[in-house]
Amino acid sequence: MKTRIILSVATAAALATSAASARDEIRIVGSSTVFPFATAVAEQFGKKTQFATPVVEATGSGGGLKLFCTGVGAEYPDVANASRRMKASEFKLCNDNGVTDIIEIKIGYDGIVIGNAINSPNLDLTRKDLYQALAKDVFSYGRMTANPNKVWSQVNPSLPAEIIEVLGPPPTSGTRDAFEELAIQKGARDAGLDKDAAKEVTLRDDGAYIEAGENDNLIVSKLEADPKKVGVFGFSFLDQNADRIKGAMVEGVEPTFDNIASGEYPVARSLWFYVKKAHVGVIPGIEEYLEEFMSDSAIGEDGYTVDKGLIPLPEEEFAKFQSAGKNLVVMTGEEKLK
Amino acid sequence: MMSETTMPPAVSVHTGEAAKKRMKKRHNAEKRLRAYGIIAISLAALALVALLYNVFARAVSVRTEHYITVAADISKDENDFLKVVKTAAREAFPFASGRTQKREVYGLFSDGAADDMRDAAEAGTLEAGSGIQRRFLLSDSVDLYLRGVFGTLEEREPEGALTLSEDGKTVLLQSTAADFNDALGLVKAGLAQQSERLRREAERQSAGIETLTARLPSLEGPELDDTKAQIEGFKAKRAQLSGQADALDATIMAQGGERLKLTNRMPSFFVRSNDGILKLTEVSSTTALGKPLIPLSGTAAGAWSLLSLDRPEIGRPVKDFQVALVEDLRAKDRIEEVTNWRFFTSSDSTQPEIAGIYGALIGSMWTMLVTFSLAFPIGVMAAIYLEEFAPRNRWTDFIEVNINNLAAVPSIVFGLLGLAVFLHFFGVPRSSPLAGGLVLALMTLPTIIIASRASIRAVPPSIRSAALGLGASKVQTTFHHVLPLAMPGILTGTIIGMAQALGETAPLLMIGMVAFITAVPEGITDSATVLPVQVFNWANASERAFDMRTAAAIAVLLGFLVVMNMIAIILRKRFERRW
Repeated sequence: MKTRIILSVATAAALATSAASARDEIRIVGSSTVFPFATAVAEQFGKKTQFATPVVEATGSGGGLKLFCTGVGAEYPDVANASRRMKASEFKLCNDNGVTDIIEIKIGYDGIVIGNAINSPNLDLTRKDLYQALAKDVFSYGRMTANPNKVWSQVNPSLPAEIIEVLGPPPTSGTRDAFEELAIQKGARDAGLDKDAAKEVTLRDDGAYIEAGENDNLIVSKLEADPKKVGVFGFSFLDQNADRIKGAMVEGVEPTFDNIASGEYPVARSLWFYVKKAHVGVIPGIEEYLEEFMSDSAIGEDGYTVDKGLIPLPEEEFAKFQSAGKNLVVMTGEEKLK
Repeated sequence: MMSETTMPPAVSVHTGEAAKKRMKKRHNAEKRLRAYGIIAISLAALALVALLYNVFARAVSVRTEHYITVAADISKDENDFLKVVKTAAREAFPFASGRTQKREVYGLFSDGAADDMRDAAEAGTLEAGSGIQRRFLLSDSVDLYLRGVFGTLEEREPEGALTLSEDGKTVLLQSTAADFNDALGLVKAGLAQQSERLRREAERQSAGIETLTARLPSLEGPELDDTKAQIEGFKAKRAQLSGQADALDATIMAQGGERLKLTNRMPSFFVRSNDGILKLTEVSSTTALGKPLIPLSGTAAGAWSLLSLDRPEIGRPVKDFQVALVEDLRAKDRIEEVTNWRFFTSSDSTQPEIAGIYGALIGSMWTMLVTFSLAFPIGVMAAIYLEEFAPRNRWTDFIEVNINNLAAVPSIVFGLLGLAVFLHFFGVPRSSPLAGGLVLALMTLPTIIIASRASIRAVPPSIRSAALGLGASKVQTTFHHVLPLAMPGILTGTIIGMAQALGETAPLLMIGMVAFITAVPEGITDSATVLPVQVFNWANASERAFDMRTAAAIAVLLGFLVVMNMIAIILRKRFERRW
């Protein structure tokens, strides 16, 4: 009995001390799209500096920002990655929890590719086509009907007469959010829906859109196995698997590095990360991490994250956010958050 | 009792026709059952073999890595080794010109080469000096190319003699035989395929026009106008596509012996001659235009050979210039394949060629240690109390039902519990093996308790009675006699629980162990990740070279499991008693 008491006291003491001691490594949470870039920077940062390599978790954009906004202190993460901009509601949550000084950094762009197997017919889609193929309800010349389209040629007679089967990410994914917003809802506007109604448009759930999990590698191998299927995935996976799959043209623009960088390819979104200013100077190395991330060798035109599929920022924006990172410029609340 | 009198004579029951039939039926049923059993086992074995084959066939590539040897200068107090690698790369291939080619040269080398030198410098084994031939680790994509992942390179002896003549930046090749016919054939096949595709697309436009024209009469207002415009669009596109296809067909049919252009969507062709490598850009059956990738020493006629790579340049990360460099080095024996220990000694990295399993392996060990040292004693004690000491009443029944239910709770729930209780309430560090071990201990407890109770119950009561009868106390009986005899069963239950915990990622997601962590944990409060998480992270990565590393990590995980099981089996054998 005595030993048991001693044991439990010792355990409690051990837990208490470990909690009290501050961290010596930066903790990063957030988007799984930004994950490969953030880990590459973290690794370089760990090698180049005397600081410990940051720990990076892929929790998804929403989950990451929620953790980030829970509070200030060593038990909360220092940095949150996001594959979309922080929402107004998240900014408010942060402020409510005392996370007031947030440094906002945009790191680049990511293209969302609609692709199929390399030997399948070339697809030339418009966002309206995507809307008509994949929205739950379709609006056409004043009539709203449950999506009747079963084959691609019903959507647009010049498309192949194959059954619509699109593999894509689940609702927890930022890629899905961006695809809905940039392709489907934009397509709804093109089809004549007004702005508010377009925001309500969701993907169909009758089996034409198949949730294939967060793993884009899986989507790629499924496309290769079934040439009739179409997939939705990040540009870096097209880049790495160009021998197996190809990207469809959207609005006549091919998903290439240059087209996404120039903004011509329409289904592209921006990538961000957020830093707690209150942690700068408390958790060692945050400033240096920011410096490494915003360096030319990381996210500049020839940077190592660009080799991993990041589409770099145009020069002006790059300079703007580089200085924001250097001077630890915090968000004012005046930003046009959605 | 009644039946004794009414029963027919025994003879007819066991030897009659009907009895024989019944007997046969029973035997058949037995045979069928055996067959089902064999089928079930074979299916299971087949699945296992398929799984193991799938894993090991891919994992086996990890056993080696590729290095190239080039000269490099290192001063005594060098500290920027990335620069050393870049300088060495530039000097090894001075003919690389322009940004793209320079990038491609740097792309041959892995950042791991700089790490190796830094490690050597720290260990004091780095030889300083200039012009020394040193080994550099090659990048992941070149490594994959050397393994033939990006197509197979074929070298062929040509039939004719070659004359070369320089023409500005390009070189004109003329052979006395039709040596370029293969390339020409492939170009034509490629063009034919392209034209066929264009025609199919044009056909789809025609189909579209037809469908929409049929719809026209039933339309009105803006829809009619839009449809008409759409039809016009289809017509224009059809004309454009057919035009392109016609042009391609004309090119294919042309008999003038004119050279056709090779594009990056067709297989690549190279000519090796005069110590250099040319990439063919245009071919006819006897002549070709080549772009020197590795400069030629001259244009003298001499020995030459034709190289072809079936995978088009656009479909591989290793570009033609890099292929030429690698093939040149390979011919000079400056590329070597070496056993890859790095995989077992380094931790996670974003670069597949230097990523290893060590950090995750140690993380798994710490986590399992915590899990075992909590779940085993607590589980066994709980089982002993419930079986040997606890009174049978409503409370113990209630506890028993709850333990059985807990065993069926999805593992992610334990993760949520861990997040709320251990991380938020007790302040256990996030991502630490301590947190992971605690959560997994909770998850394995029910399994251990249930198995332990069953095996304690299976100890014959005579053992207890004998011990008590000889004057042993209840505690002595339990610990000296019952527990040792129940140990084999308890260990089996424990190993099942631990094996489950070893492969678990879902509960760890909530407590931050599913993360990118390069540091090797030195204790149970350091940040760490575990083997299944490493498998998961690598399986999600877009780099192709992570494919084989994922498989290798699975193999290591299986190995870890086998070792754990073996320890349990050895212990079980030592405790085993028969009666």
